[in-house]
Amino acid sequence: MLSGVLALIMLAAFFGLVLGFSAIFFKVESSPVVNKIDNLLPQTQCGQCTFPGCRPYAEAIAAKKAPINLCPPGGEKTIQALADLLDVEALPLDESEDTDPIPLVAVIIEEICIGCTLCIQACPVDAILGAAKQMHTVIESECTGCKLCVLPCPVDCIEMVPIKQTLSNWHWQEPQYSVNNKTEETIFTSIQHVLSENAHL
Amino acid sequence: MSEYFLLLISTILVNNFVLVKFLGLCPFMGSSRKLEVAIGMALATTFVLTISSASSYLVNQYILIPLEIEYLRTITFILVIAAVVNLTEMMVHKTSPMLYQVLGIFLPLITTNCAVLGVALLNIQTGHGFFESIIFGFGAAVGFSMVMILFASIRERLVASDVPEIFQGAPIALITAGIMSIAFLGFAGLDKGLN
Repeated sequence: MLSGVLALIMLAAFFGLVLGFSAIFFKVESSPVVNKIDNLLPQTQCGQCTFPGCRPYAEAIAAKKAPINLCPPGGEKTIQALADLLDVEALPLDESEDTDPIPLVAVIIEEICIGCTLCIQACPVDAILGAAKQMHTVIESECTGCKLCVLPCPVDCIEMVPIKQTLSNWHWQEPQYSVNNKTEETIFTSIQHVLSENAHL
Repeated sequence: MSEYFLLLISTILVNNFVLVKFLGLCPFMGSSRKLEVAIGMALATTFVLTISSASSYLVNQYILIPLEIEYLRTITFILVIAAVVNLTEMMVHKTSPMLYQVLGIFLPLITTNCAVLGVALLNIQTGHGFFESIIFGFGAAVGFSMVMILFASIRERLVASDVPEIFQGAPIALITAGIMSIAFLGFAGLDKGLN
């Protein structure tokens, strides 16, 4: 009886020791920086940064293989937070590729929609409402304009339209004199830019 | 040498753990929906089965029998298997993060895979020696892997096939498993024929 108890305890202690040492030996170096960056990203997994998700993008940032301004869903806020965390200069959102400077929102043309739910599965932020064989619609306030729903649609009934500017979502253009190394652009040209934009409103 | 080979063939085909002895059915049904997951699961189980059958033999031979505490065999083996699975999990996490993500919850669940405990206990019951135990464990694992991969491939095709509505999902999978089991009965007596 006693020998059985003792042997079992000894065995358990031995395995505990082996596992403890192998935990040190096989320790996975998951960098705390990557976790912190990952926490700041919006976790929409939309892939607009050209990485397959938020975590791979965070790893690329941590390895200094990617700039911090590739995340359209996160926008300026995420870039600012990343800049604060990594102690680097905030860059303007990278709009070099097909990302439009105007924020877009997806709209489903409801007469064409056949209710296949494919766009619902594609949406990373659950901004599309609908059920099988029922017409779907986009919750505009949730849509990040990532365009991931456009491709899966079999009847091409999703369009990306610019968000209409209303009094509630209009805000002053951000000053552009320090960003993008455009030194020749002064605050005055930027104000003129805003004024000229307002002229046609 | 030939009896080792015979033991290997008989555990892989004739006494297949999943389809003939009906052990380890939970991962067989649970993680066979996709071929890659099934292959990952099969690899992890192969590793665990081989190591755990060797280590449980050693524990039985050099700790349980000298101390005359064979009645603690089951709980001791569970302890051994749990430790080996933990070790495997750490190694997989270190060496292949992709596989670690694919396997997910199934890796720790190998602990409760009845085939693993079954192999350890059957080794003692049939009085296998050290090398026989390893071959028995490895053969069981190869058999498990083969059946897993076959079944996952069939299920991937089943998804695209026109199954009557009433049989869709789990029923057709269970029927498929039953038919595979009957097919494997065809190997019965093969180990005697080789003798």
